[in-house]
Amino acid sequence: MSYGVDLGDPGRFDDWRAAARLAISHRIPPDQIDWSGDTGLFAATPLPRELGPHAVNVSQVFLKLARSVSYNAAPERFALLYQALWQLDRGTGAPLSKADPLGQRLQLMAKAVSRDIHKMHAFVRFREMPSDGPRRRFAAWFEPDHHIVEPGSTFFAKRFADMDWLIATPRQTARFENRVLSFHPGGARPDLPDDASEGLWATYFANIFNPARVKLDAMRSEMPKKYWKNLPETRLIPEMLQDAEARVQRMREAAASTPKPGAAAISTRYRATMPVAPALPESLEEAQQAALQCRRCGLCEAATQTVWGSGAADARLMLVGEQPGDREDLEGRPFVGPAGQLLRQVMMETGLPEDKLWLTNAVKHFKFTPRGKQRLHQNPNSAEIDHCRWWLGLELAFIQPQLVVALGASAAYALTGNDQPLTARRGTIETGLHGGQVLISWHPSGILRRQDAAAQKQARAELTADLQQAWACVA
Amino acid sequence: MAKTLQDKLAILSDAAKYDASCASSGGEKRDSRKDGLGSSGGAGICHAYTPDGRCISLLKILMTNFCIFDCAYCINRVSSNVERARFSVEEVVSLTLEFYRRNYIEGLFLSSGIIKSPDQTMADMVRIAKTLRVDHGFKGYIHLKTIPDAAPELIREAGLYADRLSINIELPQDDSVRKFAPEKRPETIRGAMAQVRVEQEATKERSHTGKRPPKFAPAGQSTQMIIGADGTNDATILQSSTRLYTGYKLRRVYYSAFSPIPDASAALPLIQPPLLREHRLYQADWLLRFYGFDANEITTGMQGGNLDLEIDPKLAWALQHRGLFPLDVNRASRDLLLRVPGFGVKSVDRIIAARRNRALRYEDLTRLGASMKKARPFITAPGWTPGGLTDSANLRAQFAPPPEQLLLI
Repeated sequence: MSYGVDLGDPGRFDDWRAAARLAISHRIPPDQIDWSGDTGLFAATPLPRELGPHAVNVSQVFLKLARSVSYNAAPERFALLYQALWQLDRGTGAPLSKADPLGQRLQLMAKAVSRDIHKMHAFVRFREMPSDGPRRRFAAWFEPDHHIVEPGSTFFAKRFADMDWLIATPRQTARFENRVLSFHPGGARPDLPDDASEGLWATYFANIFNPARVKLDAMRSEMPKKYWKNLPETRLIPEMLQDAEARVQRMREAAASTPKPGAAAISTRYRATMPVAPALPESLEEAQQAALQCRRCGLCEAATQTVWGSGAADARLMLVGEQPGDREDLEGRPFVGPAGQLLRQVMMETGLPEDKLWLTNAVKHFKFTPRGKQRLHQNPNSAEIDHCRWWLGLELAFIQPQLVVALGASAAYALTGNDQPLTARRGTIETGLHGGQVLISWHPSGILRRQDAAAQKQARAELTADLQQAWACVA
Repeated sequence: MAKTLQDKLAILSDAAKYDASCASSGGEKRDSRKDGLGSSGGAGICHAYTPDGRCISLLKILMTNFCIFDCAYCINRVSSNVERARFSVEEVVSLTLEFYRRNYIEGLFLSSGIIKSPDQTMADMVRIAKTLRVDHGFKGYIHLKTIPDAAPELIREAGLYADRLSINIELPQDDSVRKFAPEKRPETIRGAMAQVRVEQEATKERSHTGKRPPKFAPAGQSTQMIIGADGTNDATILQSSTRLYTGYKLRRVYYSAFSPIPDASAALPLIQPPLLREHRLYQADWLLRFYGFDANEITTGMQGGNLDLEIDPKLAWALQHRGLFPLDVNRASRDLLLRVPGFGVKSVDRIIAARRNRALRYEDLTRLGASMKKARPFITAPGWTPGGLTDSANLRAQFAPPPEQLLLI
């Protein structure tokens, strides 16, 4: 016995779903159902009216795929979907996988539908219609390959809610009036009035094109020729192409042109307003200005910006770290990253007032190496520290602190010129290259890096003690 | 004679075409069902293509092509004799809205020459974005090109109205920027990118009352680098890009093959734009972002620090690391499968999903979207083993375009 199902034209997904549920509940095999709707010479038996005993559950993934396939124009789509349902129920094949022949076919059909919908969203061109109400009216003609007017129209309803519009296609027409979307039979191409904006659009299309880089295949693969007849701008393409080579040739022959008279004066005037780095800064502000443009070593090319010190220009105590980290580099201020937070916490606990100190680094640019999505800190080498000592020297000279705390080995080296290990030196006061006193301590990021909790605690206590001692010295 | 709107549009779109970016994807989900006009937030839509193969997604125009800067590579530099024009705020707003209503575009990409001062120019651009958003309830996409050296407050305001901000790095090395764009400063360009990143991150943190701050450039930031105008090699370019991606979380670095401009400056060569090189750089850029490669891996073994123009960078890498291959497609990890030439991210994910059910055969791989012509020498699967192919001496020759036959004259 064979069954016939007529889903009408073009056939709706919900109707197929109801019919398929009936058929599978009676375990009717796919080869016994004709989904084409052709009654033929012998009238086929309709499906049983009542649900049979066999209940089938399918995944959301299948329903989504099936809905999408149902919009495809291929006449065999409903038969293939029932075949897939049958296989899912029987557990044979993998009709949801692209690796399976049926699965691949369904996926391709769904893909063709979504591509057609996407092209509708892209290539519908509205023209304005006369309107006697408060809402503006627009209309368009479009020729899709598949039955996609309904799924394709919600996009327009969301996007163009404040105007009335109509999209006519050969099979179906979507109409949106007063925020209500409705569907009607299609028909022949309507006559749409001329729209002045189309001329401006053509002007834009012709001028945004760069004749020096013609790539026709790229254009044709994304904007297939079958759509061209409804795209006003494509009429210009032959002329644009014909002209392209000649335009490039003219550019080449013209070669360099003489600069416009008077132009040099304008850009020169602007350049005169750009900040200049004083060779020998005479104040802390001038030193900062100059440092912002520092190119003494190669670090400036990779880093974002110079991170100058911050705090009180008359500070009696100065804290010097190693170099700005990731956060400091982005924000342009010292000690704002995780290590800076630890330092500020310790300062708060020991009663060091931040506004009475000068916080800075031995090296003013962030040195790092990119790893994955992160920028990993790298220690500055001695050459980089040596180059940057110029700026540290200026800070010391203008601020003239009574005492400087060197946080970590790089700062200790920058300030004293001594690169011996820190363990023996920590907590002691050395004479710096600038002639003043330098108290050696740990760098907060070094403390954070210690694996052992006890060691970390101890180092933190030592840093606290050192800062207390330093503050006592200058108080 | 006063210029018509059409004249201005011709001049100011012609002036904008050297900016490659046209993305309109990502960002905030919005639509007009409650009020206003427009929607955004899904995949971007390309509404048309010009014969240069580039898509038109946005109305890409300059507010004005008057400029006080003298960047050698730019058609709008002060010393160029190009015809000048300037849009009013209303003209840009009306063009955007009318094009949008006819479904020509996804939104506006606004850039500008610098008039009077960077701050003045940026303020005018922000005013256009604000008018569209606030006065007209425009919910489409807005991309603002940030003017270098504009004040941080203006960049902050721009981020409130724009979906995407971009600041062009212009050239891959600081020295080239200083040489060819003497009014631009690489350090302030990077500073502005850092600001955009920091502002974006700040909007993700709730305040103590639990309120979220307003969105800031929800579609992120991008930049553009001109290729072939200076002598920088590809290795340096890719390192530069890596720093931009890691430092400022850019969505994209656009590479723009330097293309001859009418009214060219004597400082730069009038060359055929290096389109193939641009293409290889994009491929390498994809390897950096989606395939787990790092810049050094791609650039080691390159001739003169440049990518192989004849074969794609992944194939070039695989040919240099044949010891890792062939891989068993049913067992290899995702990381390694991503390194097989001819396997894209999507096909690798499909392979991983499909092989959970059953062992994949050679024929299955084609259906899963892999390009087997390229992948063949690098994999094994039931029904296929490459034998000596992986190590054969002429493997590269199978992929490279045939050598050109020289003709006697």
